[in-house]
Amino acid sequence: MAEQMTGAQMVIQALVDQAVEHVFGYPGGAVLPIYDELFQQDKLRHILVRHEQGAVHAAEGYARSTGKVGCVLVTSGPGATNAVTGLTDALMDSTPLVCITGQVPTHLIGNDAFQECDTVGITRPCTKHNYLVKNVDDLARVLHEAFYVAANGRPGPVVVDIPKDVQFAKGFYSGPRNVQHKTYRPKLKGDLEKIKAAVALMAGAKRPVIYSGGGVVNSGSEASHLLRELVKLTGFPITSTLMGLGAFPAANPQWLGMLGMHGTYEANMAMHDCDVMVCIGARFDDRITGRVDAFSPGSKRVHVDIDASSINKNVKVDIGIVGDCGHVLEDMIRLWRASSVETDKPALAAWWQQIDKWRGRKSLAYRNSSEVIKPQYAIERLYALTRDRDVYITTEVGQHQMWAAQFFKFEEPHRWMTSGGLGTMGYGLPAAVGVQLAHPNALVIDIAGEASVLMTMQEMSTAVQYRLPIKIFIINNQYMGMVRQWQELLHGGRYSESYSEALPDFVKLAEAYHCVGIRCAKPDELDAAIRKMLAVDRPVIFDCVVDPTENCFPMIPAGRAHNEMLLGDAAQDLEAAITEEGKVMV
Amino acid sequence: MLMKNPATERHTLSVLVDNEPGVLARVIGLFSGRGYNIDSLTVSETEHEKQLSRITIVTTGTPMVIEQIKNQLERLVPVHRVIDVTVGGKSIERELAMVKVRGTGERRVEALRLSDAFRARVIDATTESFVFELTGKSDKIDQFVGLMLPLGLVEVSRTGIVAITRGPEAM
Repeated sequence: MAEQMTGAQMVIQALVDQAVEHVFGYPGGAVLPIYDELFQQDKLRHILVRHEQGAVHAAEGYARSTGKVGCVLVTSGPGATNAVTGLTDALMDSTPLVCITGQVPTHLIGNDAFQECDTVGITRPCTKHNYLVKNVDDLARVLHEAFYVAANGRPGPVVVDIPKDVQFAKGFYSGPRNVQHKTYRPKLKGDLEKIKAAVALMAGAKRPVIYSGGGVVNSGSEASHLLRELVKLTGFPITSTLMGLGAFPAANPQWLGMLGMHGTYEANMAMHDCDVMVCIGARFDDRITGRVDAFSPGSKRVHVDIDASSINKNVKVDIGIVGDCGHVLEDMIRLWRASSVETDKPALAAWWQQIDKWRGRKSLAYRNSSEVIKPQYAIERLYALTRDRDVYITTEVGQHQMWAAQFFKFEEPHRWMTSGGLGTMGYGLPAAVGVQLAHPNALVIDIAGEASVLMTMQEMSTAVQYRLPIKIFIINNQYMGMVRQWQELLHGGRYSESYSEALPDFVKLAEAYHCVGIRCAKPDELDAAIRKMLAVDRPVIFDCVVDPTENCFPMIPAGRAHNEMLLGDAAQDLEAAITEEGKVMV
Repeated sequence: MLMKNPATERHTLSVLVDNEPGVLARVIGLFSGRGYNIDSLTVSETEHEKQLSRITIVTTGTPMVIEQIKNQLERLVPVHRVIDVTVGGKSIERELAMVKVRGTGERRVEALRLSDAFRARVIDATTESFVFELTGKSDKIDQFVGLMLPLGLVEVSRTGIVAITRGPEAM
C-alpha cells in the first residue's frame, strides 16, 4: 500500500526497507529534514564521522566486510565534494554504496546558492550511476533503484541528490517490491558454449595458472567455495590480485601468493610462462600485467567477468565469458566433472616442479635485525600473535600495504579491506571504523603508514565516540615509504618531499583522542607490545617505529615484464634454489 | 596482447537511451574521460511515449577500442541498446545541411544551378543571398559546400549523421 509521507520520511523508510542498519554521515543545512527524521526514530543508527571522506570509506569497510550495500548521508556543496574521493575509490574497487546528498532547494539550483554544487555533474564520472530527484513522487522509486544498481552487476557507488524542498514535500511511498529498474539487468549466467571451450582448453593445459581477483569476493562467499573446489579439482596453481586475497586460503599448497608489481616471484613467473591462464573476476590492471606487450607471451587466456567492458580492455583474451564469477564457476565445475577430464599429469607435475624451483628463491625473504624493527617482521609478528582471533585487516596505501598483503595470510574472503584501484591514502582508519561496526566482536586492525594515517586521523574521534576498539598499527618509517623507494630506485636518491617532517607524537596523539597509545622501537620488545595492544578493549594507536630505509621487494618496475623482477638481496640465488629444491623433488 | 598500431576504423553507433536528464552528459563524459574520439554526434527523442532517445555517434578507433566503446556504452545504466550500424554494411546514413550563400549576378545564378544539380532546396532567399537545404551522405554535403566556397559561401549548419539499418528489423 502506498502511503503519504514527506521526502525525508521516505529516505528513512527506504533505508529501513533496504535492511540498512548503519548510516555514515555528517549533517548540514541541506539535509536537516532527514536528520530531523533520523532523530525521531530508532531503527537506523547514524554514525557521525569527522569528515565526509571518512563517511564513504567507513561505508566501504562496512560493505566489503559484509557483502551488503554501505550507506552514506552528507550535505550539499562541500559535503558532496568531500565525498568524491571515497566515491571514486568505491567505483575503482567495485564496492556497493548508496550515498545520499542534500541539495539546495530546486528553485535555487543553478543560482550559485550557498553550499550549492553540481553534485550529479561532479559525481557522474565517479559513480556507477547517479540521480537528482526533483519530484518527491519519484523519490521512493529512485532510492530503491539506487540500492538495486549499487548491488547488482559489477557493484559500485550510486549517488542520490535530494533538494531540500523535496525532503519537505509530501508524496506517496512505495516499498522495494514495487520497484523494478526499467532496463538494468546484468547477465549472471555465462555463455555455456564458451564455458565448455574454456573447460576444454583447461583440460589440455600443460602449464596452467588460475588468476583470481576481487570479483570472486564480490560475488559472495559461495563463489569463494566454488573457486576452492575448482582449484582442488584441477590441481592447478592459483594466484590472486591484491583485491582478491582471502578468496583462496593462503595456507593451501596450491596458493602461489599475490601476483603483480609486489607479488611473489613464483606467481609472476607462473603468469609469464603459463600456457593457459584462467582469469576469474580480475581486470588485468597495469599493476598486474607490467609491460602489456611482454605479458604472458605464450598463453591462451580465459577471462570471466561480469563487466563486458573489462574483457579485452587491457589484454586480448581468447575466451571472454561475461557473467557472475559464482555462476560461471559453478558451470565450469559441473562441465569439468561431466566430461570426466583427464589432465596431462606428467606435464602438470613438471610444471609444479618448475614452480617449486621458483618458490625456492624465497622472494619475500628479508634480512632481519636485532637492532631495529623491520617492517616485514612487524607484520609477521602481528599475524602470528593474532592467529587465534577473528581478524579483519584494513590498510592505508604504500609500502606497509604491500607488506601487509605479502606477510599477513588470509584464509577467508571479506577479511581484507584495502584501497586497490584508486590507492587512497587515508582509507584504512575510517574503513576500520565501518568494519568494526559491522563486526563488533572481531579484532579490527588498520595496518597503516604514518603518512597515510594522518590524512584521516580525525576519525579516531569517531572510533572513540562509538567505543569501537579498532587498532591502528602504524608502520612508522618516517617516510612516505613507497615514494621514497621509487625515488631511491628511479630518481637517483633525491628524496624530494617524501620525509615525514614534524610528525606528531602518536602516543600523545592517542591520549589526546582519549584512546590508548603504545610505542615500540625494539625488535625484542615487539611481541610484548603487540600483546599489550591486543589486550586493550579500546581504540589503540600503535606506533611501531621501523627501519626507515627498508624497501619493498620483490618489485616489477613500472613498464617492465613479469620476468624482469627486482628481488631483495635476501632472496636466494636461482642456482642454489634449484639444487636445494632438487633434493626434495627427487 | 596488444597489436602494434593496428589500423583505425570509422564506425557509426546507434545508442538507444532513456530520455532522462544527464544522459547525454554521461555519453559524452565517457568519450572525453576515456579519450575516445567523437567525429559526429546527433541526439533527439524518438519515442515520446516510452521516453526513448536515439544517439548516433560516429567514432574512430582500432577494432579493440571500438569494441571497448560499445561495451562501455552498454554498461551505462540508462542505455538500452548499442548497435554498431557499420558492421555488416547494412545501414543507411544521412545528414542534413543548411548552406548560406551570398552573391549577385552570375555567381548567384551558378549557385542556384548547382543547388538544383544536388537536389538542394531553397528555404530562404533575398536579392543577394540564398539558404539551401541539402540532405545526403556526408561526402555529398562536403562536395556541395566546397562548390559554394568560391560562389560566396557565408556559413554552414549541419546536423551530423543519423543512421538506421536496412530491412524490416528494428535495432
